[in-house]
Amino acid sequence: MAMDEMPDVPDVTKKFLYVNRKAPYGTIYALESLEVVLIGAAFEQDVSLAFLDDGVYQLVDGQDTTGIGMKNFSPTYRALGDYEVTKLYVEKESLEERGLTPDDLMQITYEDEDDDWAEKPSIRIVSRAEMIDIMADQDVILSF
Amino acid sequence: MAAYELNGTTYEHDEEGYLTDISQWNPELAELIAKDEKIEMTPEHWEVVNFLREYYEEYQIAPAIRVLVKAMKKKFGKEKGSNKYLYELFPYGPAKQACKIAGLPKPTGCV
Repeated sequence: MAMDEMPDVPDVTKKFLYVNRKAPYGTIYALESLEVVLIGAAFEQDVSLAFLDDGVYQLVDGQDTTGIGMKNFSPTYRALGDYEVTKLYVEKESLEERGLTPDDLMQITYEDEDDDWAEKPSIRIVSRAEMIDIMADQDVILSF
Repeated sequence: MAAYELNGTTYEHDEEGYLTDISQWNPELAELIAKDEKIEMTPEHWEVVNFLREYYEEYQIAPAIRVLVKAMKKKFGKEKGSNKYLYELFPYGPAKQACKIAGLPKPTGCV
């Protein structure tokens, strides 16, 4: 973990959760959230992302934006591992309510430095009840 | 808007010199942008520039410097995956200068 690299100041690390509730296009929320996450990643906090409600659409595989004239930024979620953002919580009920399954989502992985760079999935499907616990466990929650 | 001129073609760029239309990029233009940055392109410079273009192609972002260092280390080894090595090639900031030469936008998360 990043904490090993900065033993002098371990106590300043806070748990940040970015909550994404909106569809990827149509509003700027999803892209703004992603950019804030990438910029904020430089500060070596314990960052995780939550996807619920229409926010789950942000991670759907095979997005094609040619018809709406916007940049398809979905490949950027796959770069999050490089920025040491490795926890993407997706709410199971939000998927189900939209007729989606985990198989509809992109493959997003990170390389675990502590496990010989083994590739591991970043997306974790959690229930609504588990999501409540995850939120309760944070120091800072930013909602988009 | 300011622009680069090359072989009778105009290539618009923003106030900091980043190409407006990434699809207009070509290696000859890269040499011209590098000259503006007072950089003589060597195979080592090209390695970084090409690596950035591949990264952008795959993830649609220009990586922050520490991400670039880590990714370079993985691909080319410890010698090239260091701040020192990259700053020697691109003294005014490897991410910024190399991205500009590669025709990419300014790196996301460049603080």
